[in-house]
Amino acid sequence: MTASKLVRAATRSIFRNKMRSFLTSLGIIIGVCSVIVMVAVGSGSQDSIRKRIESMGTNLLMVMPPRGPREANRLSMGDVDKLRSESSYLSAISGVVRLSGVKAVGGSGDWSTSVYGVEPDYFDIKGWELGSGEALTSVDLQRRAKVAVLGSTVATELFGDEDPLGQTVRIATTPFTVIGVLVSKGSGNNGIDQDDIALVPLDTAVNRLMRNGNVQSIEMSVVREDLMDEAEAEVTAILTEAHRLSPGDDLDFDVMNQADIIATASATAETLTSLLAAIAGVSLIVGGIGIMNIMLVSVTERTREIGIRMSVGARKRDILLQFLAESVILSLLGGLIGILLALGISWALSAFMGMPTIVSVDVIAASVGFAAAVGIFFGFYPARKAANLYPIDALRYE
Amino acid sequence: MAVIALRGVKRHYVVGDITVRAIRGLDLDVESGEFVAVMGPSGSGKSTLMNTLGCLDKPTEGSYVLGGLETATASSDEFADIRNDRIGFVFQGFNLLSRTSALENVELPLFYDRSGSKLDQKARAKAALEEVGLGDRLDHTPNQLSGGQQQRVAIARAMVKDPAFILADEPTGNLDTEMSLEIMSLFQELNERGKTIVMVTHEPEIAAYTRRVITMRDGEIVSDEPVSERRRAADDLAAWRERHAGFAASGGLS
Ligand SMILES: Nc1ncnc2c1ncn2[C@@H]1O[C@H](COP(=O)(O)OP(=O)(O)O)[C@@H](O)[C@H]1O
Ligand SMILES: [Mg+2]
Repeated sequence: MTASKLVRAATRSIFRNKMRSFLTSLGIIIGVCSVIVMVAVGSGSQDSIRKRIESMGTNLLMVMPPRGPREANRLSMGDVDKLRSESSYLSAISGVVRLSGVKAVGGSGDWSTSVYGVEPDYFDIKGWELGSGEALTSVDLQRRAKVAVLGSTVATELFGDEDPLGQTVRIATTPFTVIGVLVSKGSGNNGIDQDDIALVPLDTAVNRLMRNGNVQSIEMSVVREDLMDEAEAEVTAILTEAHRLSPGDDLDFDVMNQADIIATASATAETLTSLLAAIAGVSLIVGGIGIMNIMLVSVTERTREIGIRMSVGARKRDILLQFLAESVILSLLGGLIGILLALGISWALSAFMGMPTIVSVDVIAASVGFAAAVGIFFGFYPARKAANLYPIDALRYE
Repeated sequence: MAVIALRGVKRHYVVGDITVRAIRGLDLDVESGEFVAVMGPSGSGKSTLMNTLGCLDKPTEGSYVLGGLETATASSDEFADIRNDRIGFVFQGFNLLSRTSALENVELPLFYDRSGSKLDQKARAKAALEEVGLGDRLDHTPNQLSGGQQQRVAIARAMVKDPAFILADEPTGNLDTEMSLEIMSLFQELNERGKTIVMVTHEPEIAAYTRRVITMRDGEIVSDEPVSERRRAADDLAAWRERHAGFAASGGLS
């Protein structure tokens, strides 16, 4: 029997039972679709993280405490001042403290948000612009003024349509006057709202809101991109001296440049992507088991058909190949529908929900291959069972 | 030389502790061109014999030579090829593929053809259906056909590869008189064209259309006689239709 005959017969038999065929391949459809969508969402967000970090400017430097317990953080406001005065490569610098889940009360409501203590340069470093009002100034810092710049989400949640400028917001019970509102940056990927933020002067935050005098990170812009390496070396040297470390000591801080930040951020996203893909992969296997289940039922249901085919001259091999072809074609059809569905969903996610998605050809190819493998693997046992039926037993089957 | 030769054929089924001796040492010769009826009470081993002759089943013991070929040593693939090439089997329950057109059903043996001949499957299947008078029912599925029509599709399927033997296990068992007569006249026609036919039937009237009647009891042949007054099914069918024409016209059976 030729391959084309085989495919034709299997296709006929699949379409003779459309509903059953559809339900059989549903597992594969969902499996393939979710693998592709998950990976598309994962790599889309990875890509947008990279783009966002790049859009901050490629001349960004950041000092963070080393990974490990919080207590190990020895970055201080003094370090920031020392860097500002001694470094020759920095165009902007800001110490940063961050507090999340802080209750802000003002206007007509209250809202839990992230509060950042920052210095005036921070706006430049991030490239954030004000929609109304003014940014923080060095005077605000010196005076430890209780003033705040709100992200647009916080402004809307607290004040609705009212103008927040000049109004009072209580952040962790301390009253702050709103002096500015940031331009909306839109809802980011990963479901993180970039506008859900309140910025206050670093000194005010350290004194009023934090328990110790440390800063959590220092963010800097280097004057020119080609001076990144020099700047990094200099920052390291200055902090080593400030922290009184001897050569050979472990550094109690991490200096990261653009590439390091991207690597760190996308490593997380990559882990997430693989995890999602793995979960979706499991659903593909479950789909395969579904195919096996229905094929087994179908062998029983079609015992008479098998008997008839044998009685007119089908060999064991013919029956085996027929059932195998059916399960492979079912899997492939399911895979094909899954791909189309995944393309649609990925498109809809980015078009209507603002979620960046990147559909990769590799993943499509891999999931089609996997679908076919599932068809062969899970189709083989039922097919062999069918082929090993004895003609008269199959014919007598009621 | 006999085209079918059974020597000492036994078929035992083991069911739990019990051994059912469905056929107990059978000798039988059938010459080319014969038309044999196998009769006997239910459970006497007729179907077992037919399955053996049809290479659907292997005897427990004994020798079966079909057209000069000893089948005792044949593999399951060779059995499949014999069924495909040399034998057309007609069942009591028709055994057509459901939800499958008459044409596709008849094409089925050609689908498993291994001779490699580049014959036009569709045309041959269509010709076979035309021969049994169903040229206008090619696309009908079994549930759109009457019992007699379904059996004629089954006969077309049995004939499509032009095998030397037709084996039929109670082909008229599920059919009314008119349909039975149609089938028998078809068989007589095929026999006249040289086909060797072995057929199981319960009814002596049906056996009267064959040339030789074998009677079985308890797995053995108890009598084997030629048919003395052979009837022509086509004549009986015409007579039957004439007798019932008035009745049908007056609004009865059609
Ligand atoms: N597959 C089988 N397993 C066990 N016993 C069987 C099987 N097929 C037939 N038999 C038994 O063999 C005997 C002959 O059956 P069968 O050839 O069908 O008789 P017939 O067709 O004359 O009615 C019966 O007693 C029947 O029960
Ligand atoms: Mg029987």
